[in-house]
Amino acid sequence: MTGQATTEAVSAIWDLAAEEVERGSRFAGLMATGQAGGVLLSLHLARPGGIATHDALVPAGTTTYPALTPRLSAACWYEREISDLFGLRPAGHPRLESLLLPHAMPPHVLGPGLFTIPHGPVRSGVMESIEYLLETPGEEIPHLSVRLYYKHRGIEGRMRQRTPVDGVLLAERTEGVASVAHALAFCHAVERIAGCEVPRAAALIRVLHAELERLISHLDIAVRLADSAGLAVATARFGSHKEHLARLVSRMCGSRFGRGVVVPGGVSQMPAVAGADFLAEIGRLERAITSDARLLMGTASFLDRLRGTGPLRPHRAREHGALGPIGKASGFADDARRNRPYDAYQRLDIGQAREHRDGDALARLNVRWDELRQAFDLIRQAAHGLVAVGDGPLALPCGPAEGRAAGWAEAPQGEVIYDVAIDDGLISRCHSRSASFHNLPLFAEVFAGDILTDFPFIEASFGLSVAGAAR
Amino acid sequence: MSPWVLRGLREGVVTTRWPNRPDNYASSWRGPAAAPGQVPVSDELTAICPAGAISAGPDQTVRIDQGKCVLCGRCVTARPEVFGWSAGAEVAALTRAGLVVPAAEETDAGLAQVRAALAARTAALRRSVHVRHVDAGSDGSEEQEIAALLNPVYDLHRLGIFFTASPRHADVLLVSGTGTTGMAEPLRETYAGMPDPKVVIAVGTDAVSGGLLAGPPVTYGGIGDLLPVDIWVPGSPPPPFSILHALLIATGRLR
Repeated sequence: MTGQATTEAVSAIWDLAAEEVERGSRFAGLMATGQAGGVLLSLHLARPGGIATHDALVPAGTTTYPALTPRLSAACWYEREISDLFGLRPAGHPRLESLLLPHAMPPHVLGPGLFTIPHGPVRSGVMESIEYLLETPGEEIPHLSVRLYYKHRGIEGRMRQRTPVDGVLLAERTEGVASVAHALAFCHAVERIAGCEVPRAAALIRVLHAELERLISHLDIAVRLADSAGLAVATARFGSHKEHLARLVSRMCGSRFGRGVVVPGGVSQMPAVAGADFLAEIGRLERAITSDARLLMGTASFLDRLRGTGPLRPHRAREHGALGPIGKASGFADDARRNRPYDAYQRLDIGQAREHRDGDALARLNVRWDELRQAFDLIRQAAHGLVAVGDGPLALPCGPAEGRAAGWAEAPQGEVIYDVAIDDGLISRCHSRSASFHNLPLFAEVFAGDILTDFPFIEASFGLSVAGAAR
Repeated sequence: MSPWVLRGLREGVVTTRWPNRPDNYASSWRGPAAAPGQVPVSDELTAICPAGAISAGPDQTVRIDQGKCVLCGRCVTARPEVFGWSAGAEVAALTRAGLVVPAAEETDAGLAQVRAALAARTAALRRSVHVRHVDAGSDGSEEQEIAALLNPVYDLHRLGIFFTASPRHADVLLVSGTGTTGMAEPLRETYAGMPDPKVVIAVGTDAVSGGLLAGPPVTYGGIGDLLPVDIWVPGSPPPPFSILHALLIATGRLR
């Protein structure tokens, strides 16, 4: 951590951020921590091989600091969040509305002839609570505001003063659909602090569960897209494939979301289904899913709804550092499994990635089909590897240790980052940054020319978790 | 004929027959932790649970509040001679106290009364039920499990149960999540918008007790702090069968 940090240091790390991003690093997050002497701003930059963290202290008594957003637009939501949680005003921020605190209706309406449709927080269907304010002249959606605060649960505060072992339980509940990825990112941070190595078998089991989670999450998006297009049989079939995968995961570990598997230092248990039984089940599911995916991608009435819908331009994806399938669909791929590999990904073959540049809902679905294929392949490699490794410990002692480190993992939605500090065996700070939080601002800007009936397609193709974004 | 129709027909019936026939997946489900024996409580035992679900009963033996259990399994691993898993997905209870196991004997009469009151209230619902779901601050997994009820394996519609967009058409309110300050008002408004008779189901440990997130300043300790809850479903998250079980209790088709 920085010793002699002052407000000048804030602009110094902003200079550094701008320079690094210019040179190819990706802005990966801005987090704030209250501590003796003021508020510590922590800037994270992702680059091949790791994540670099730069700190600057805003001293107590100071209520403002120069905003980063005018120089790096991706910082916009991060600074809004810090303003809400710490009352620090980023001077020069172009759009400082509250994000995690309630704010008054209505915000500005762009022009004459427009009206606002408040969509949420209680929406039709079984959805997470979020409110979209759609500004529309009737059909098109020229402007969209997102109101996130309804689901803010204050998880990071709950982490403090818990042991790392208990912290995993909260990490898993930060973003339910990415339970394994959050547990992994959190544990990677804890393991980096303690300097402990994960046993080979555990590293493979981690990959197994992370990739099964990816399969389930991507199938859920196929279900939602098919449902939006009114394809009843496709919806039913992808729904039943997803159910079979969830049941497989629950037979392996007792939880349909892979909870309780990842612990600091390794994993808690051997999968209860393994070997030939497991591979046979995976093979059967892969054949069924691939065949249905092929049919879906040949259904013209479905493709018509996705092609050209909700396009994210490649330069915006790059500028913002769009994560996961959303970035990949717009030609910007920074997959943590390749660029900052962890656990068994260092040894497994992820395979070649096709490049996609269209950036529309169709491209995002195509990226997910590619990832689905890779996931099946990785699962098979990991399962074979597990047989070869044989018996051995599944977790090594991890700690007690003190310090601070970042951890990351590639969730189905994109990279999750944890910034964890441990003092005296207890968590003294823990920030999580889900891909959903980083990608959600992009959702508001892809509606160029799209109309109200495109909304469910664009929302499903983004596949974001509100729980992970609002925390 | 459309290739999709052929594909759907070729698969045959995948739907469970539960509750008319037993279902292997439902009965083999590993539910919240339980404490089968009458073991005297100690600080060492209560300290095992990160969610504070282990406490002392009136007779100073171990009680587990399944409404707080996050199914981490730490107690079962640490003291297998004291703790075990409950078996089966039918875990819903009609009272909050009913989730504390082993149950006290004297609650039976009270429980019968609660059951009779619910049955009287829901007598009109039996064969056609409309459900409104509200997320009051979940982690997103409960929504996945509720939505799974619509897949062909569970096929909620075969039981005459449907999801509805408008609270005005809803008989049952399914609520997930710990109850955030932000969702308190929308939740109350949704409840107020429903016609009588109405049934409220708390889905998941977070909704029942707040789980690991209970308490101020940002969240409530479960949605019982905000609404009168009729049926409590523990689980983190509860599997689709547990939610289905609660829906059938709500409509008087299961006890």
